[in-house]
Amino acid sequence: MNGYLINRARAFSSEVYRFFAFQWEVARRLFRPPYYPKAVWEQMDRIGVDSLSIVVMVGFFTGFVLAFQIGYAMMRFGAKLYVGGIVAVSLVRELGPVLIAMVFAGRVGAGITAELGAMQVSEQIDAMKALATDPLRKLVMTRFLASVLMLPVLVVIGDLIGILGGMLVGVLNLGLTVSFYKSSVVNSLVLNDLFSGLLKPLVFGAMISLVACYFGLNTKGGTRGVGEAVTRTVVVSSVLIFLLDALITKLLFLIGI
Amino acid sequence: MIDIKDIEKSFEGKQVLKGVSLSLQDGETIVILGRSGCGKSVLLKIILRLLVQDRGAVIIDGIDTSRFREEQMMPLRKRIGMLFQGAALFDSLNVMENVAYSLREHTKMPEAEVRDKVAECLEFVELSGTEALMPSELSGGMKKRVALARAMAIGPSYMFYDEPTTGLDPLTSRKINQLIRKLQAERRVSSIVVTHEIANAFQVADRFVVIKDGEILLTGSASEVRGSKLKFVQDFIKGGVIGHGEQ
Repeated sequence: MNGYLINRARAFSSEVYRFFAFQWEVARRLFRPPYYPKAVWEQMDRIGVDSLSIVVMVGFFTGFVLAFQIGYAMMRFGAKLYVGGIVAVSLVRELGPVLIAMVFAGRVGAGITAELGAMQVSEQIDAMKALATDPLRKLVMTRFLASVLMLPVLVVIGDLIGILGGMLVGVLNLGLTVSFYKSSVVNSLVLNDLFSGLLKPLVFGAMISLVACYFGLNTKGGTRGVGEAVTRTVVVSSVLIFLLDALITKLLFLIGI
Repeated sequence: MIDIKDIEKSFEGKQVLKGVSLSLQDGETIVILGRSGCGKSVLLKIILRLLVQDRGAVIIDGIDTSRFREEQMMPLRKRIGMLFQGAALFDSLNVMENVAYSLREHTKMPEAEVRDKVAECLEFVELSGTEALMPSELSGGMKKRVALARAMAIGPSYMFYDEPTTGLDPLTSRKINQLIRKLQAERRVSSIVVTHEIANAFQVADRFVVIKDGEILLTGSASEVRGSKLKFVQDFIKGGVIGHGEQ
């Protein structure tokens, strides 16, 4: 039993070491061309634009349900007037970045791992290297940059749609006026909320793309290996989203943001 | 010229190559023969540094690559074309884009010239007019020929072929062998062909290297291989060696 645990711990620490070494290799390439702008643009379209419909749905229903739950709970205290502000702050600071990042990990992260994993097992990655192209630049950097740029944009869109979803409940079910809901939202949100709401998706976007590319490029064992790599990407990304969210939230509170 | 000196490589404790040394002279074609899983393909990948050896040195045109980082290998890889066992065409790109890949990556060639060069390479492998097809629309033999066109597009000095005829019918295999010969004759390309198919090997080889259990058992010409008294070599020629564990 002890031997089993020691072996598991060794395998885990070696995997963590390899992941950090991979990040270092990507970081080394970050400040040196070539950057493949056309490929980054294509990835931004695939990663960002194609994710828009699901982000809109997640944002809308989150805001909708949040306003319902908060509205009916606060009606008991006669405080339903604050619904707009609470929905907005909850969405912008916390729920928007975390929920949309989870969707992003499931849709985009899994897709990246499946694509790179399939390329790995069919020797296309080796072929790329043999043709004197660096896969870390051509495949990883392009997806990394696209994710870092697009996840904050998706989160902003999701937040806005969520606030609109909350407004629908506020107006139709809680008897608030549009202008009152709007002013409650505007008065409650401060610059720090926006900073927090943009910092988190930036970090999540970087993390998800790196995890996805790492597991994709290290896929072994044919199509079954691709499936396992995709599962790992979704699980690891999801856990890291919550872990990083807690760390960033604590850090921002510590520095007063 | 490529020199390989005392290459050793293990995977998870199992030693696959045990001190392999050989040299590829300019313009010659070496065939590396051996059973499946004896480390032939590993050797090609070590020369290209797609895998890193545990011990030994690889010297390409006088440059020792033993301690090279990935980016240092890039200029040398441009001198080597590799035909992978499964062709390894980029399945999101069509034939034109696959063959044009290294031209677009490594040259500033105008697009019209790229198209002409792709057409020339496809004509060489007798696949003119297939530019718009996707890899999923090609047969196994066509994939190998497109991969050959892609590998030769940038004009390498060396060509590596990893099981170029495995899984192909005899006529297609003969076509691939003819292309290997044609490439050597017309462009003076030095080649290493890795195979376990003896009949195809005799069609392309200037020199043979027979590997058994991670070590070189025999190096010589076609007549030396045919005349060898070694049981393993004779079994191989007669098609007696198929699986693992036979002696």
